Amino acid sequence: MRLLRKPVTGFAIGAVLLFGVAPLALGDFRLDLLAKYLCFAIVAVGIGLAWGRGGMLTLGQGFFFGLGGYAMAMHLKLADAGPGQMPDFMLLYGQLDELPWWWRPFANPLFALSATVLLPMFTALLLGLLIFRRKVRGAYFAILSQALCAAFAILLIGQQGTTGGTNGLTNIQGFFGYDLNDPVNRRTVYFIVAAALLAVLALTWQLMRSRYGELLVAVRDGEERVRFLGYDPANVKLVAYVAAAGMAGLAGALFVPAVGIVSPAMIGVVPSIEFVIGVAVGGRASLLGPALGAIAVAWAKTALSERVPSAWTYFEGLLFILPIVFLPGGLASLAGTIRRRSRPSAVVETPAPAKVEVTT
Amino acid sequence: MFSNRGRRTAAIVAALTATVVLTACGAKTTDSATAGGAGAAIDTSGSAIKVGLLNSLSGTMAISEVTVKNSLLLAVEEINAAGGVLGKKIEPISEDGASDWPTFAEKSQKLISEDKVAAVFGCWTSASRKAVLPVFEKNKSLLFYPVQYEGLEQSPYIFYTGATTNQQIVPGLDYLKAQGKTSVYLVGSDYVFPRTANKIIKAYAEANGMKVLGEDYAPLGSTEFSTIVNKVKAAGAAAVFNTLNGDSNVAFFKEYKAAGLTAGGMPVVSVSIAEEEVKSIGTQYLAGQLTAWNYYQTTEGAANEKFVKAYKAKYGEDKPTSDPMEAAYVSVYLWKAMVEKAGSFDVEKVKAAAGGITFDAPEGKVTVDGTTQHISKTARIGRIGDDGLITEVWNSGQAITPDPYLKGYPWASGLS
Repeated sequence: MRLLRKPVTGFAIGAVLLFGVAPLALGDFRLDLLAKYLCFAIVAVGIGLAWGRGGMLTLGQGFFFGLGGYAMAMHLKLADAGPGQMPDFMLLYGQLDELPWWWRPFANPLFALSATVLLPMFTALLLGLLIFRRKVRGAYFAILSQALCAAFAILLIGQQGTTGGTNGLTNIQGFFGYDLNDPVNRRTVYFIVAAALLAVLALTWQLMRSRYGELLVAVRDGEERVRFLGYDPANVKLVAYVAAAGMAGLAGALFVPAVGIVSPAMIGVVPSIEFVIGVAVGGRASLLGPALGAIAVAWAKTALSERVPSAWTYFEGLLFILPIVFLPGGLASLAGTIRRRSRPSAVVETPAPAKVEVTT
Repeated sequence: MFSNRGRRTAAIVAALTATVVLTACGAKTTDSATAGGAGAAIDTSGSAIKVGLLNSLSGTMAISEVTVKNSLLLAVEEINAAGGVLGKKIEPISEDGASDWPTFAEKSQKLISEDKVAAVFGCWTSASRKAVLPVFEKNKSLLFYPVQYEGLEQSPYIFYTGATTNQQIVPGLDYLKAQGKTSVYLVGSDYVFPRTANKIIKAYAEANGMKVLGEDYAPLGSTEFSTIVNKVKAAGAAAVFNTLNGDSNVAFFKEYKAAGLTAGGMPVVSVSIAEEEVKSIGTQYLAGQLTAWNYYQTTEGAANEKFVKAYKAKYGEDKPTSDPMEAAYVSVYLWKAMVEKAGSFDVEKVKAAAGGITFDAPEGKVTVDGTTQHISKTARIGRIGDDGLITEVWNSGQAITPDPYLKGYPWASGLS
C-alpha cells in the first residue's frame, strides 16, 4: 500500500508544482526554458522505461526526437507559409518549383500531429523487429542505435533544399493558428508540455506496475530464463522500445513550439548521449528519477553556463561524474541511501547489496 | 489501477489542465496588431549600459569565436577608457552559445529579457544567426553580426559588419577571371554557407564563360579528403574555390600537397581561412595559396597599426588579428556612433540614425548602408606567406556597396 501511494502523492505534488507554482514563480523567459526542460524529461521517461526497466541502452533517442520534431516543424512551416505556398528556406536554398511529395501530407494538421508520435513508433517497430528477433543486445544495440541517429543527422544536413540543412527549420511563427510571439500563447504551450509530461508519467507508471512491467524487468535481468518460461523476450523488449520512441517523438513535437527551432544539432550523437546522461543522473530504474534527472541536468547546464560562460563545461562534466560514482542508483536513490545511513542499526555496517533494486 | 485517492488526484489534475489550457488563449496569427508588441526594454537606469556578447566559448566553433569575443572586449575597453557611450560605461555580459544553435536562441533571449541589453554582438555560423534571427525580430532588439556570410538576408534587427557575397566571393571570382582562369572546382563543407556560395559561383561562372568542373561537399569536421583531392586532380581545373570550414582545411591541404598539387599550378582560393586558421593548419601546406577577405593583419593604415598593437598588448605578441575579429571590433564602434547620433539607446532611434555613419576602421573607411544594414567594404585578395601572414595582392580600390541579394548583378537574377 505504501508503495502504491507514494507515486500518486508524487504525481499530485508534481502537478501542483508544474501547474501552480512554476507559472507564478517564473517569468516568461524562465517558463519557456522550463517548457524546454520538460520536453527533455518526456524523452527521459521513455529512456527510463527502455533502459532502466528493459536493459536496452538506447543511445539513439535523438533519432525519434528528430522525427517527431521535424514532423511538427514541417506542418508549422507550411502553415506559416499559407496554403499553396512554399516555406521560406526552400525558396532561398532549394531550386524547386513545387513542394516535394513527402512534404505535402504534412500540410494536414491531423496527419502531422499523428505522425509526430506514430512515425517514430512505426520506425521503432520495424527496427525493433529486426534487432530483437536477431537477439542483438548490449553494446551492439547501443552502437546500432547511435549509428542510426548519426545517419539521420547527416541525411538532413545533406538535403539542404528540402530540410533546411544545418540550419534546420527555424523562424516558426504560429502554432495551429496561434501566434507564438504572444506570451499568453507561449504560456499555453508550456501547459501543454507539462500536461503531456504528466500523461506520459501516468502511462509509464501503469506499464511499470502491470504484469508486463514485471516481465520487462525479468527480461532485463535474465533474458534466457524468461525465454525458458515460454515468453518471447523480443516482443517484451519491442513494446518498451516502441513506447520510448513514441515518447521521444512527442517530446520532439512539443520542443518545436516551445523553442521555435528544430535542427540536426538536436538529433546527432551528442544530444542523444545527453538524454541518457540525464536519465543516469536521475536514476534510470525509477519512474520520476529520469524525468527529474533530465530537468536537473538541463537546468544545471543553463545555470552554470550563465554563471561561468567560459568554463562551465568542466563543472558540467563534474556534475555528471559525481552522482554516477557516488550514487549509482542516481538521485532517485538518494533518499534511500540517506535513510540507510542514518538508521543506527546493523544495516550501516553491512555494505549495501550489490544489486539494490530501486523500487518505485 | 489508480487507488481511490489517486483517482481523485488524477481528476483534479485533469480539471486543472483543462481550465488552464482553455482559458489561456492569446493572439491568433491572423491578428497582426498584437504580434511582437512593444520594442525591447533596455535597462538605462544605472551608470553603465549593458551589451551582450554571444559567442561559442565551447564546442567546435570555440577556436574561432573566442578570438571574436576577445576583439569585442578590446573595443569595449577602449570605448570605456575614452568615456563610454552617452556618458555611460559599457558593461559587457558574455554568454556561451556552445556551438549549438538552439542554445544561441536561448542565450539571446536571456540577454534581451533578463539582462535588458542595449545590443548583442556575436554569432559566427549562419546556422546560429538563423536560429537567433526570430528572437531579435520578435523582441525588436539589435544584433551585430561580424562574419562574412552567404548573403540573401536582410533582417531589420541585424547589422551585418562582415562581408556579403558581392564584397568577398564575387571579387574573388573577378580576380580569378582577370588572371585568365577559365575553370574552377568547388570544394566545401556541407552546410548552408558553402552550398549557397557555390550556387552563386555557378551562376557567375555561367555568365562569365567559366567552367565549373566539379562540386564536392564534406561533412563539417571531416578529415577524409583523398577522394575529393583525386577528383580535383583528375578534373584539371585552373583553380579551386574552397569554402571548407575549420579542421577540414588541415586535412584537405595536406592531401592537396601530397597529391602534388601546388599553388602555382592550381591555386586554391579560400574564403574561410584567416590568420588564426593559417596558424593551426601550418604554413608549409598553405604558403602561396590565395584568400579572399576585406582585412588582413598586414593591411596598411594608421587605424590598423593601432588595432594590431592594442590587440597584441592585451592578448600576447603571438596572437594574430583576422577579418572577423576586425569586423567585430568595428561593430562596437559603429554601434557607439549610431547611439551618439541618435542621442538615445532606443533601438528604433538607433536604427534610424544608422544610415551614412562612417568609421575609420582598420580595414579602411567603412560606411553603414541604412537600407540593407550592411556596411561598405573594400575587397582584398591575399597570398599566404611563409611567415603565416597574408599579404594583399589585389584590392577593389574602393569600398564596395553591400548588395546582399545581388540585385545589381544581372546573372544573379534567378538566385533569390
